Amino acid sequence: MDPGHGGQMTRAVWRPAFLMLAAALAAGCVRPTLYSWGQYEELIYRSYAAPGAVSPEMQIEKLEADYQKARSENKPVPPGFHAHLGFLYFQLGKLDQAQQQLETEKAQFPESAVFMDRLLSNLRKN
Amino acid sequence: MTGRGLARAIGWAATGMLAGGCVTAQPYDYTNYRLHPPRSIVVLPPLNQSTAVEATYGYLTTVTRPLAERGYYVFPIAVVDQFLKENGLPGAGEMHQVPVEKLAEILGADAVLYVTVEQYGTKYIVIDSVTTVAAHARLVDTRTGLLLWEGRRVFQQSSSAGQSNLVAMAISAAVSQVLNTSTDYAHRLSPQLNVLLFSQKDRGLLYGPYHPRYDQPPE
Repeated sequence: MDPGHGGQMTRAVWRPAFLMLAAALAAGCVRPTLYSWGQYEELIYRSYAAPGAVSPEMQIEKLEADYQKARSENKPVPPGFHAHLGFLYFQLGKLDQAQQQLETEKAQFPESAVFMDRLLSNLRKN
Repeated sequence: MTGRGLARAIGWAATGMLAGGCVTAQPYDYTNYRLHPPRSIVVLPPLNQSTAVEATYGYLTTVTRPLAERGYYVFPIAVVDQFLKENGLPGAGEMHQVPVEKLAEILGADAVLYVTVEQYGTKYIVIDSVTTVAAHARLVDTRTGLLLWEGRRVFQQSSSAGQSNLVAMAISAAVSQVLNTSTDYAHRLSPQLNVLLFSQKDRGLLYGPYHPRYDQPPE
C-alpha cells in the first residue's frame, strides 16, 4: 500500500471529523448562558442565610455593578433581577428608583406585568 | 478475596449501577405539558422534610437559574416570598395551600413549581462525609390545576469520592468538615441536583419561550 496515499486519506477523513467536533462544541456542549447572572442568586442566598449581614445598600451596589457588567457584555440580566433591585430600593424608601426598576422588569419580561402592576400600585400607599 | 467473591462483588456493583440509573428510563409523558405550555413559573419556598432548617432557602435560591436558562420567566423569589408573607402567609406550608387560580390572579403566573426538599445536609461517618440533597418537584398549570410535570432526584457526594488512599481520605474528610462548617455545602451541591432534576433528556422540563430550542424536543 502506498503510505503517502494512506496519509492523505487519513487527513481527508480527519479534517471533516475535526470540523464537526468543533461545530458540536460550539453548538451544544459549551452553549453560552442566556443571561448574565452576576451575583443575583448568591446575594439572595446570603440575605436569607445571614439576615442583616448583607444590607439592602450593599446588595444594590453589587447588583448595579452586575447590571453595568451585563450591559458591557451586551447580555440581558435574568428574570426577576430588576424586580428584586426595585424591592431593595423600596426597602430604603427610594420610591422613584423602585418604580423605575419595576417598570424595567415589566418592559424586559411582559410575563411579569400583573405582578409588577400590583407592586407599582402598592408602592406609594404606605 | 476469592475469585467467586470478587465476581459476586462485581455482580452486585453492576446491579447497583443498573438500579442507580444507567438504564434509560421511559421518557416522561409530556401530554399535559404540551397542551398547556407555560411562559412563566413562580417557585414557592419549598416544604422541608429534612432536619436542616436552612434547607428551604438554601435550596430555593438555586432554582431560578436552571428554570430561566431553560427559557422561562421566573418570578423574583425573594419579592414573591415577601409579598406572600405580608399578605398573611407566614411560611412555605401556608403558601403551598393557596389555590392555583389565586396565584394566577395575584401574580399572573402560568405555572407554579411546588418543591419538597426531602434530604439536605452532611453526615459524618468515621473519616468520610457524605452530603445529600434530594428534592421532589411538581409543575402545575394555574389555569386548569393540571400537573404538567414532576420529578424526584437525589444527589450525593462523598468526601472520599475517587480516593483509595487512607491518608488522603482522612485529610479530605477534615477539609470537608471545615468547609461544611463555614459554608452550606448542601446549598453548593444543589445546582448539581437541579441538572439531574430539570435538564435531563426525556425526563426534564421542556424548553420555555426564551430558549432558542423552544418548541423542540428536549436534548
